[in-house]
Amino acid sequence: MRGATHARPVRPVVCAMALALAATACGGGGSDGGGDTGAVLSSSWGDPPNPLEPANTNEVQGGKVLSMIFRGLKQYDPKTGEAEDMLAEKIETTDSTTYTITVEDGWTFSNGEKVTARSFVDAWNYGASLKNNQRNAYFFEYIDGYDKTHPADGGKQTADTLSGLRVTGDRTFTVKLKQKFSSFPDTLGYNAYAPLPRAFFDDHDAWLKKPVGNGPYRVESYTKGSQLSLRTWGAYPGEDKARNGGVDLKVYTDSNTAYTDLMAGNLDLVDDVPAAQLKNVRSDLGDRYINAPAGIIQTLAFPYYDQSWGKTGMEKVRQGLSRAINRVQITRTIFQNTRTPAVDWTSPVLGEEGGYRAGPCGDACVYDAAAAKKLIKEGGGLPGGQVKITYNADTGSHREWVDAVCNSINNALDDDNACVGNPIGTFADYRNRITDRKMTGPFRAGWQMDYPLIQNFLQPLYYTDASSNDGKWSSPEFDKLVDQANAENDAARAVEKFRQAEEVLRDQMAAIPLWYQNGSAGYSPRLSNVALNPFSVPVYDQIKVG
Amino acid sequence: MGRYVARRLLQMAPVFVGATLLIFLMVNVMGDPVAGLCGERRCDPATAARLKQEFGLDQPVWRQYLTYMANVFTGDFGTAFNGQAVTELMATSFPVTFRLTIVAILFEIAVGVTLGVVTGLRRGRPVDTGALLVTLVVISVPTFVTGLLLQLLLGVEWGWIKPSVSPEAGFGELLVPGLVLASVSLAYVTRLTRTSIAENARADYVRTAVAKGLPRHRVIVRHLLRNSLIPVVTFIGADVGFLMGGAIVTERIFNIHGVGYQLYQGILRQSTQTVVGFVTVLVLVFLVANLLVDLLYAVLDPRIRYV
Repeated sequence: MRGATHARPVRPVVCAMALALAATACGGGGSDGGGDTGAVLSSSWGDPPNPLEPANTNEVQGGKVLSMIFRGLKQYDPKTGEAEDMLAEKIETTDSTTYTITVEDGWTFSNGEKVTARSFVDAWNYGASLKNNQRNAYFFEYIDGYDKTHPADGGKQTADTLSGLRVTGDRTFTVKLKQKFSSFPDTLGYNAYAPLPRAFFDDHDAWLKKPVGNGPYRVESYTKGSQLSLRTWGAYPGEDKARNGGVDLKVYTDSNTAYTDLMAGNLDLVDDVPAAQLKNVRSDLGDRYINAPAGIIQTLAFPYYDQSWGKTGMEKVRQGLSRAINRVQITRTIFQNTRTPAVDWTSPVLGEEGGYRAGPCGDACVYDAAAAKKLIKEGGGLPGGQVKITYNADTGSHREWVDAVCNSINNALDDDNACVGNPIGTFADYRNRITDRKMTGPFRAGWQMDYPLIQNFLQPLYYTDASSNDGKWSSPEFDKLVDQANAENDAARAVEKFRQAEEVLRDQMAAIPLWYQNGSAGYSPRLSNVALNPFSVPVYDQIKVG
Repeated sequence: MGRYVARRLLQMAPVFVGATLLIFLMVNVMGDPVAGLCGERRCDPATAARLKQEFGLDQPVWRQYLTYMANVFTGDFGTAFNGQAVTELMATSFPVTFRLTIVAILFEIAVGVTLGVVTGLRRGRPVDTGALLVTLVVISVPTFVTGLLLQLLLGVEWGWIKPSVSPEAGFGELLVPGLVLASVSLAYVTRLTRTSIAENARADYVRTAVAKGLPRHRVIVRHLLRNSLIPVVTFIGADVGFLMGGAIVTERIFNIHGVGYQLYQGILRQSTQTVVGFVTVLVLVFLVANLLVDLLYAVLDPRIRYV
């Protein structure tokens, strides 16, 4: 990368060229304060921890960019979260195992290359291949041949491509899954399934420096760790053309600074209102503050590998703990209503049709000190007389709410030592202890959905040995119902099966649901039509400037 | 003089090795960093193993350290987890922090020493008492309070500056952050200079100089100040390294993408390569600054000679 000191002299030249070529807006948006930029907005951003590749991005900051520069086979409606065809002309199956996918004609990457069946198959093979170190490789685990390209047991990789993927025409390919998975097409809106141009494979380093995709925006310049400038791609063939000239994503180390910059008129959009500002955000921004539900749920998970928590009868204790937590009070006082008390194990953004219901948890999620005391007594009391809630103290404001939850439990049980927090210094160390099965009591578990399906809230978290089943909970009944749901060809019936599986979760209180997390954002007066999608990412292409 | 410098440079070698080893071990004690790379879920074991191998984390610590040191001597500081070379991160962040430090040091010298001289010569007068009071307040208020307060007042309320610094971070933008960073040290420099001046003002050589009939400014600048600056120079010299490493708070408040920012991120992500690399360079800066200070003594006080 060029030194920061060199950026200044280079810039005017680039600007002049851009002006001469297309008379598009140039410069740094808000930071330069020039009037000619007009339609470009600036937005806060965090430095993505992983390289910006579709199958390698597993967090919001990188995902934000990918959702602007890529379009996949499906696209999730920003309001309803429903998966709608984007690049897919049709996705057909007769047995929920083999799918024939036809790519719509007329799509190209911003470098002019056509989007074909190959663009998808090559990208998916790249993502599934162990040697490419892609963090999201497991998204391809349902496809036939994944065990060869990505052996789980540390064995040698014996194939470079997935045997389940076959290009059958210029715009058609087939996907063979290793098991029935009826909602597979609805997962295809996730970034990991994005198509990739040849440039990605031919000159990988250059692509990483300046990613090329097929979305409504193209990358104009990328200074790692500081700023990513996106400009509207004029020749974008899709319906959802961007309504602004572009977006400058600026890296902020501290969301408080981003908020201050917004107040000073130096930044147009922050999509993470810091906890410290929640009290005055209404008076600062008025109706330019968004607080919308997102597909994130926070729970307390339990170590079922630990004998004292794993034995039968403990579900009473878990239910008792759940009833000892005053969710309404905590979400109001600690989170200023940016979280909503949970009443099930999914998220309201799924909607009734998607599988969310108000109330599967029922009374078990309602605060009642007397019932809590009784249940815990019936279950044989707290193991060792005390619960320790483990959490990582470096990110989020976990300490505040864990202390509040413990206070609530202590008050309900009339015991000052019933619950204490157990902070771990860093997130990596925290994850390590979970992976090494070193938890001895309940621990913080957060889940942000990958795609808006009830399956995504249940299977990865509670299915036996699933990728994110951190507490190692296991129930043959639950597994059976999930398998049946995946085999259902009818979406409504599949959802019904998942709901039954959720009831098993409730009876066992496999994890204590705490609250649903909202996405929050604030914006400057020059923006309008700002909304957050269910992934709590602003819908950039719909934002109007001026 | 030459031999003295050579000896000091040689002394740096064990300090350098010791410091890097210590940091290396400390970052390693925090555990396996790969687990943090996969978000709120377990890294799939095969990918985790591949990543560990790629970053050399599957080796025993002593071998990791040896490999790292061998690479450092060829100018390769390793790769951060986002795929960027650490030298690349250094190339973008050190110039920024360096500029910030220069601004801070200039404030210390220009404002601190001047104030110190003025108050030192007018001991007990209102100017002196006032300055003492102000420095006391500055010393007792934490940097992040001063920083946030100035940012809010100048940036949002009055709109004189931008609350955050752009990625280019030119000198102009760094004036206020530099002042915030320098504030506490500035107060110390003022007090240090004041005491030193006040003490030396009654020294024999000053009286002699005055008796010789030398003009007042010459007495103050050539005789009094030159002798009084030795402790101040020591302080400022040590402060260079301190300011560069200690800029984390200021850099966070004003969103400056400098050394503090990279270190903070490196620690959060447990990126051994980033943390050790940056700290190593900071250690070197510290050592060199101290050497320069010692050499400056000789310039200020001809009685000090190095052999």
